[in-house]
Amino acid sequence: MTKLKPWLPLIGIGVFAVLLLVVAPAVLSMHWINNLGKYCCWAIVAVGIGLAWGRGGMLVLGQGVFFGLGAYTMAMHLTLETAGPGSLPVFMILYDPSAPLPAFWEPFRSDAFTLVAIVLLPVIVASILGYALFKRRVKGAYFAILTQALAVALAVLISSTIRETGGDTGLSDFKYFFGFVLDDDANKIMVFMIAAALLIVCLLVVWQLGRSRFGELLIATRDAEERVRFLGYDPANIKLVAFVVAAVMASIAGAMFVPIVGIITPAEIGASASILMIAGVALGGRASLFGPALGAMAIGWGQSSLGSSWPSGWIYILGLVFILVTLFLPMGLSSLSGRAKSLVWRSRTAATAPAAASAPVLEEVKK
Amino acid sequence: MTTTGSLVVTDLRVEFDGFVAVGGVSFDAHPGEVRFLIGPNGAGKTTCIDAITGLSKGSGSVKLGDQELLGTSVNKIVRLGVGRTFQTASVFEQLSVLQNLDIAAGLHRSSLSLLRARRGIEPAIESALEETGLSTERETPAGILSHGQKQWLEIGMMLVQEPRALLLDEPVAGMSQDERTATGELLQRIAQRRIVLVVEHDMDFMRRYASRVTVLHQGKVLSEGAVAQVQADPKVQEVYLGTAGAATTAAMLAVPDGATATTDSITQGEGA
Ligand SMILES: Nc1ncnc2c1ncn2[C@@H]1O[C@H](COP(=O)(O)OP(=O)(O)O)[C@@H](O)[C@H]1O
Ligand SMILES: [Mg+2]
Repeated sequence: MTKLKPWLPLIGIGVFAVLLLVVAPAVLSMHWINNLGKYCCWAIVAVGIGLAWGRGGMLVLGQGVFFGLGAYTMAMHLTLETAGPGSLPVFMILYDPSAPLPAFWEPFRSDAFTLVAIVLLPVIVASILGYALFKRRVKGAYFAILTQALAVALAVLISSTIRETGGDTGLSDFKYFFGFVLDDDANKIMVFMIAAALLIVCLLVVWQLGRSRFGELLIATRDAEERVRFLGYDPANIKLVAFVVAAVMASIAGAMFVPIVGIITPAEIGASASILMIAGVALGGRASLFGPALGAMAIGWGQSSLGSSWPSGWIYILGLVFILVTLFLPMGLSSLSGRAKSLVWRSRTAATAPAAASAPVLEEVKK
Repeated sequence: MTTTGSLVVTDLRVEFDGFVAVGGVSFDAHPGEVRFLIGPNGAGKTTCIDAITGLSKGSGSVKLGDQELLGTSVNKIVRLGVGRTFQTASVFEQLSVLQNLDIAAGLHRSSLSLLRARRGIEPAIESALEETGLSTERETPAGILSHGQKQWLEIGMMLVQEPRALLLDEPVAGMSQDERTATGELLQRIAQRRIVLVVEHDMDFMRRYASRVTVLHQGKVLSEGAVAQVQADPKVQEVYLGTAGAATTAAMLAVPDGATATTDSITQGEGA
């Protein structure tokens, strides 16, 4: 049992992979596969937030920025692919058929450039932003508000540049995805499988980071940043790595969101969208491995089932759940299992070994 | 000069918004001695250590061997070989004893190796566990260690870094008599090869383990020398030993003076 314990999360990821990649396509209708794909995207953002916030203590309230970078990179590529070589996107023709394609669109015709940009853009933006903030020791609420403001700024920028970016209507009506016809069910399943596989990869990355020395250092930095400095490390660099990894995950999620949902608008990346991304993580348990992903999927599911049938009620239910979780389970629903385990432990060992009283604490710490 | 070099503080000054906490302090510490820095509450002892380790900005000079420390960033000073502990033990409570030591030992590891999980226990960590008597507690979360054990863990975290100088801020505050003895002996062992500078309130502990003592008062050096010499100094007796009897010393131990510093600065803030 003790030998097995370090590998339990890996087994969990394996089970999750089978459920997503084998069971789901076999039993779900196209409608739900598409929805599940969308939840996977939010889950990928959430896994990154779990790393940056749960383990690194950085309340990233503006992951919409990086989600948006990836989403718009992909959406511009798919828009150009749909328009065909040498042609303008439809929404641009509506404004001015004779205007040339804006220069910054041009490189996104290339498949390779698009794929590289999805990963590299968030690395560049998050590195510059993170370096500036962490070296200046901006943290806590200031950090949270700043990232949130950036998400708002990006959303406003896109809204206000309707001719170049499609504005509030966003980019939509994509027909092709790197040569595959998006209307085809088989291709839709393929796109879903890619998103699900990427989610699994992100979970593996966070699992490995969590068990690595870097993971221990990240938690140490979260809990006592100054102390880490006095051990000879620069906490800014440690936080930067986690922040950049989270940004890349958000970007990848945004990129997959576009072919799955078929539309991207500033509303999907602004303040409320960014907060919803955090909400799932808080609900599931920010410091755990599966909590953020499952929490995000649960919120996604709630939104598409309850949210569409009873939109006004849904937002109140979400608010209520959020309050209850913060009050009674500050470490999210995933801390329930730890608590249950430690209760069982205590009742089983209380009579026999008083020394074992420390064991439940150990349990919680190891998570 | 020995090969490791000494810690030489010359005319160190630290000001907080015009308030002179340390006003021109000079002293040195050599490898092989347990050097003590004592003085009443608010004398500027912690501030001296803060300045040496880069936490507070100071002027003057602090040299470790030929290397000037003032103006260097906190983490670089650690990498130059200066470790410190804090008045209130600060270990990573969520991590185990072993993880705490492992993080401390990692300062010279390559960034890439950080991405791997820890396998086995490095010899330096094993010997630090033994040296500090924490071998049986290696899997214990640092947060549930006793107060004394936390201080030892902090000392262990310094040891695995192989520092040239160890600065300890009130390491035995709140410890039992046995724990004090163990700590004193540990410090004497460590000091055989390294510079050890101890800030203490506890006079008895100072008497038993100090080789040389510097007494600070209101940010200035009041007296310096061997224990007997300092104790015989009438100036010292007046400001510290004479007025601060056993009862006051005990009271000082109970209230870490970090708390006083905070309230001080708060009241100062309100006054302004
Ligand atoms: N960050 C700070 N800001 C303002 N005043 C400070 C600060 N740190 C210490 N002081 C003041 O400097 C003086 C020396 O403090 P300290 O070095 O902590 O004394 P001690 O010798 O008890 O360790 C005290 O009067 C304290 O109030
Ligand atoms: Mg002090």
